[in-house]
Amino acid sequence: MSLHGAIDVVVTDVVTVNPLIKRFHFARADGEYLPAFSGGAHIIVEMEDGDTRRRTPYSLMSSPLDTRDYQISIRRDDEGRGGSLFMHREVKPGINMRIGMPSNLFALDQRAHKHLLFAGGIGITPFLAQTAQLMARGGKFELHYGVRNRELGAYVDELEQRLESRLHVYLDDKGEQIDFDRLLTSQPTGTHVYVCGPAPMIEHVVTQAGALGWPKEHVHFEHFAKAPPGEPFTVELRASALTVEVSAEQTLLEAIEAAGVDAPYLCRGGACGQCETRVLACDGELQHADHWLDDDEHASNEKVMPCVSRFRGNMLVLDR
Amino acid sequence: MPSSQMTSASTAAEPSARSVTATAPFRDESFRDDFTFRNSPETVLRAPFPFDKDAYMYAVNMELHRDGKAGTAFEEPIDVDEHYVSEMRDRALVLDEDPLRCQSLPHMTLAGWDTLELLMASKAASYPDWFALTREGDRWHWINRPLGIDQHFVFGDETTLPYAPLEYITRQAQGDFCVLDERAGNLWMDAGMVTTQADWSLDFDIGMNFFEWHAPVPLAHELGIFERALKYLRAVQQGNPARRLNWTMTVNPRLDTSPENFHVWGPENTHITKDNVADKLFLRIELQSFWRLPRSNGILFPIRCYFLSMRDLSTVPKWAKRMHRVLKSLPPELASYKGLDNYRPIAIDWLAQFDDGSPTTPGPFAD
Repeated sequence: MSLHGAIDVVVTDVVTVNPLIKRFHFARADGEYLPAFSGGAHIIVEMEDGDTRRRTPYSLMSSPLDTRDYQISIRRDDEGRGGSLFMHREVKPGINMRIGMPSNLFALDQRAHKHLLFAGGIGITPFLAQTAQLMARGGKFELHYGVRNRELGAYVDELEQRLESRLHVYLDDKGEQIDFDRLLTSQPTGTHVYVCGPAPMIEHVVTQAGALGWPKEHVHFEHFAKAPPGEPFTVELRASALTVEVSAEQTLLEAIEAAGVDAPYLCRGGACGQCETRVLACDGELQHADHWLDDDEHASNEKVMPCVSRFRGNMLVLDR
Repeated sequence: MPSSQMTSASTAAEPSARSVTATAPFRDESFRDDFTFRNSPETVLRAPFPFDKDAYMYAVNMELHRDGKAGTAFEEPIDVDEHYVSEMRDRALVLDEDPLRCQSLPHMTLAGWDTLELLMASKAASYPDWFALTREGDRWHWINRPLGIDQHFVFGDETTLPYAPLEYITRQAQGDFCVLDERAGNLWMDAGMVTTQADWSLDFDIGMNFFEWHAPVPLAHELGIFERALKYLRAVQQGNPARRLNWTMTVNPRLDTSPENFHVWGPENTHITKDNVADKLFLRIELQSFWRLPRSNGILFPIRCYFLSMRDLSTVPKWAKRMHRVLKSLPPELASYKGLDNYRPIAIDWLAQFDDGSPTTPGPFAD
């Protein structure tokens, strides 16, 4: 229903970064500066795609020190629910859109003596903003960036120029790999590690760091689940006395919002816990896709995160 | 506002005696010694009375801090009232005696700048006759007419201000300010300016997380209040602040009821009699608000104190009735935790004359 702190923006530029990635620039429609933000923050982008109103989170990649515009990069996903395809195909310079206020679930720990950053593929975007912030404040860091090949390595040239020896690029097609073990065992005390990239990369770093004795609160990861498409289903919202159809390309949360129910949310990526909803009855299979609930909670069928999770079966009743 | 209030070359952050007497809407009064603090009738009526029904119990009584009702303390996001200049003078006195009332751990400087921006921008927008902020890139110009301050500085450069950014701006803002860092799924009290507190100490709590600094509160833990409150606070977003009200009672209108100074104010708790209760005992209201800070991702947590004497309350029939009923029905653990045991029966007896037993209207506002 409501987009938190919605800002009316104009698309000021759309740039093809490589065959898979486009960059979108937004400026405020009234010409004012956009709000200040911190590196690692994301915004929700609202897309009016035919009958479907999508709200999808993207990391802000532009410098937090320059808020004349916000920039995001979107990798085309041909198998997804269609948000990235909509952005790639329909969004052109000059059109008006709405975005939410920035919100940060992947913030730099300001106490860190050093920041060790690991990026894989499109996971580079939050680090573009964070390194700009760190450079300005003289923060100590190094960025290790794994890409498939030079052509698909988004922003490698720009980063090389900006970060110089702080940047380490690894080309998959040349057989280059980030040596996580060596890096995680050679850091000064007080280092914090950050990882954003494909799920296996995140899992590897988190597990390795844990095994090597890194304190949990020194290991940060951006684990935005993508809401997968699926089959249409029906859900009863008991508190609202409504029955709602969820289409194949819609998330459960989007369907709840489309029915006029103002449900809580923050990340829309299954990570923050804000949209957690009680399941009152369930005859069928909840398809959990979040990183918030644990395995026992997933198995219990008592809670669901409607921003990313779906349902298949005869009957689902939610306390919403 | 008379232009003579502006001292264009001054960089002083502390109020001068001259600006107090020359600035008409602000009272010249004290919160210690002779206690000349008084509320005007208008200020009584705009107070954020904390009880929305005739009994009190803990709840996660959080709501969005916006769409302020005209003529109330909620009207502007950061409220400035007739006590402003004198409260700032009292703060300066406390800091002279005890500089540790303002602290900021090393990683909180950026949050200090966020705080400075939020308070300056909000005040300038709400009260353009009193405050002005001009920004050209990093070059900022701040005018605070009630306190006679005219300051050019570079945003982000601490050497261009007479104090660190948090101390600089909170010497010019009513209420206490806690600055919370968010990390590891918790909020940490890593900076603050605390001189108008209801018996807690920043020096004691600094560096603690949300559960640690709330540990002394009775009953609320069992109710799961703090888990829910933390979840709510971590979801507070930039541009969408939240608020709640809290309360206690204080003998004399003393802003600085700190543990450090307990020897000064503690004995006064036994000084209430049926003859002085009306003017010596105060309902102490805290308007707490919660603001996401943009660059640091921290949370600014202002705690603004409002005093209403029992006599002030008696001028609003609904509030006098309700205060009587709340005090009568308060759970004993809560009364003890709030330190009311010495004078609660006396206050109940005095307020009884205003309570005819008739129902009160819903909500906290005066009829």
